[in-house]
Amino acid sequence: MNFADIQKRAVAKWEELQRSPESRILVGAGTCGKAAGAGAVLRAIDDALGRHGVKATVIQVGCMGLCYAEPMVGIIKPGRPQIIYGNVQPEVATQLIADYVANDDLRPDLALGYIGDGKIDGIPNLFDLPVLKPQVRLILRNCGLIDPENIDHYIANGGYSGLVKALSMSPEAIIEEIKRSGLRGRGGAGFPTGQKWEFCRRAPGTEKYIVCNADEGDPGAFMNRSLLEGDPHSVLEGMVIGAYAIGANHGYIYCRAEYPLALERLRLALKQMEEYRLIGDDILGSGFNFHIKIKEGAGAFVCGEETALLASIEGKRGMPRSRPPFPAISGLWGKPTNINNVETWANAALILQRGADWYAQYGAERSKGTKTFALVGKVERTGLIEVPLGITLRQIIYDIGGGILKGKKFKAVQTGGPSGGCLPASLLDSPVDYESLTAAGSIMGSGGMIVADEDTCMVDLTRYFLTFTQAESCGKCPPCRVGTRQMLDILTRIVQGQGKPGDIQQLERIAMTVKQGSLCGLGQTAPNPVLTTLRYFRDEYEAHINQKRCPALVCKDLIAFYILPDKCQGCMICMRNCPVEAIKGGRRLVHVIDQDKCIKCGTCLDVCPTRFSAVVKVSGEHIEVPSQPTPVQKEEKGSEG
Amino acid sequence: MPDELAQIVAEYGGEKGALIPILQKVQERFGYLSEEAISRIAKLCRISESEVFGVASFYAQFYFTRRGRHSIKVCLGTACHVRGGERILDEIKRELRVESGGTTEDSKFSLERVACFGSCALAPVVVIDKDVYGRMTVSKAKEVITQYE
Repeated sequence: MNFADIQKRAVAKWEELQRSPESRILVGAGTCGKAAGAGAVLRAIDDALGRHGVKATVIQVGCMGLCYAEPMVGIIKPGRPQIIYGNVQPEVATQLIADYVANDDLRPDLALGYIGDGKIDGIPNLFDLPVLKPQVRLILRNCGLIDPENIDHYIANGGYSGLVKALSMSPEAIIEEIKRSGLRGRGGAGFPTGQKWEFCRRAPGTEKYIVCNADEGDPGAFMNRSLLEGDPHSVLEGMVIGAYAIGANHGYIYCRAEYPLALERLRLALKQMEEYRLIGDDILGSGFNFHIKIKEGAGAFVCGEETALLASIEGKRGMPRSRPPFPAISGLWGKPTNINNVETWANAALILQRGADWYAQYGAERSKGTKTFALVGKVERTGLIEVPLGITLRQIIYDIGGGILKGKKFKAVQTGGPSGGCLPASLLDSPVDYESLTAAGSIMGSGGMIVADEDTCMVDLTRYFLTFTQAESCGKCPPCRVGTRQMLDILTRIVQGQGKPGDIQQLERIAMTVKQGSLCGLGQTAPNPVLTTLRYFRDEYEAHINQKRCPALVCKDLIAFYILPDKCQGCMICMRNCPVEAIKGGRRLVHVIDQDKCIKCGTCLDVCPTRFSAVVKVSGEHIEVPSQPTPVQKEEKGSEG
Repeated sequence: MPDELAQIVAEYGGEKGALIPILQKVQERFGYLSEEAISRIAKLCRISESEVFGVASFYAQFYFTRRGRHSIKVCLGTACHVRGGERILDEIKRELRVESGGTTEDSKFSLERVACFGSCALAPVVVIDKDVYGRMTVSKAKEVITQYE
């Protein structure tokens, strides 16, 4: 069967599915969906369908990126657009089957929005919601809408047409197309992809390799995982196109072992490609051979660095080496090798499908196209988003993210993971593109975007990043090995209230040395969190060092909890919940915290009823309270034991 | 046991760069990499024991001591950190009387802190064996643990 027939059949099957007289139920079952309880929802749906004697097709789809609304369920009834419901717990799922699938009550009260042509009274178009309106979903176009385990779904939606087109072109023409699109590496550094391919294409040698870097190790980032889980074929198509353009017959996908579902879907996808001759020998009758192997990472952050990644594929300790020679000349087993990030490969497939000119209409002058980000931390709507480059941080955090959780104050946004920096409120209106982020002291990175609010201590957050990079430093070059350790020691002293005058200057000196002297990207960027927080949040360092005060009330050694005698009603809830029995009290007695025993876990503050709000957390001040429990003076109306 | 190990090595038939996948399979089968296993792998792959151990000890995934029946992994990725992952780890440590990286006295649980599971939108996250639990709180964590035998 040639590809035209495969395509025709896939389209016919897809259209038949769209016209199907049966209802279809789509359940978001990516890792996020499952963590939010999609498994129980699937069981509840099956039960309910059985009970009502209704037939429906249940499809597990990838993540739509609206993680805050997980678990999500979409229901398509014949002749009507898909209605998406959010926060569907098992009871809600049962209700939806009874009301909407079995009967015809649309339950607009539970719906987020609808997708597709038509209009539904009382339910908005999903893409008109504030969370989706500013987004441009090119890479994530299929995520959550197709069955990622069914290659026909991908093909019916234009999939592999980019490969067919590529195979009819000369490799040089493909590289030209990628260059014209303006695509830059999505792994973080932003190197022009077409140029990178050209280096490898022109490198001498007949045996060449390509690698897909799916070692998404930045804490706080999950763009690649979601894409691999939700639309694995889009990445694989890009790889085959790249291999053909570069002249490589072997490829590797280096994926973290922490992503079992992504690995499973990749393996399945490769098997399906073989059946359609989209991979292997003589791909689609073109005479081009290309094979892909999957390598599971073994837990080392440094392996995201390209030379370390190659060492790891070769079965060695994943340590980086100095460049040049660049992998394009001498990479895997000494052969020319081209490494791109998951998202870059998916972009390449899209460019071949739709053309460079179409692609280049999105994005900013020097940063074309879209970028996916994992928007997490203290925002209302966490999730996976895709936006045109050039959008502002404010649009991302406030329009898409819905602002700061619980109406608190924004403090910083961290981009680029442990290699990036923390940007303050004054930079909220800067555009998100490679150059602007670098100028601000951060980097684009692979797409983690973590929002911090007034309750986040920037010194503590910096210490957190250094704990990470210090542990993940491979130890090969001293600036990184020794420097990250020294910076971590100083930061640890500062958060413990042992900071000394001169610490800030010392940190700056070490940071510059590590930045300039380290061998690979890990060390060169590890000081970024230190340098950006010193640049934008110096006052917090000074408060810790000079006044032994943590303004965000986070650092355990600098805070204390007290129970206010005029507010405590002696209800005993805090005393019962204290895990270390540090609270003395009794019925109708003002409770007292034994400061020597207190481990500052904050449980008492959490459990104290809001109508009393008797527990306070302070830093740098002492509150006068009795040393022993005393009888409650004031009678509170409606108080209870 | 030694034969099963030889079988795993043989599956890779001297393929280039197969050491890490071999170690992964051996650990998957036996739960950890014993001294004996490392020595056998070295012989079968015709490389030195120190090279095998050098590679294995570089990666966080490999264990050299027996693990508990269930593994509890508390995520301390950035998103989990800012949303209170540390407090959950502290509570589990206290509850099970075990340090991170350790195994409880009854060999029921091994506790670990990990850097990120990529479920950041549901932070804080705890993973027990293969089950991912999102939006954790201290009390939910305690409750979830009791479900494991």
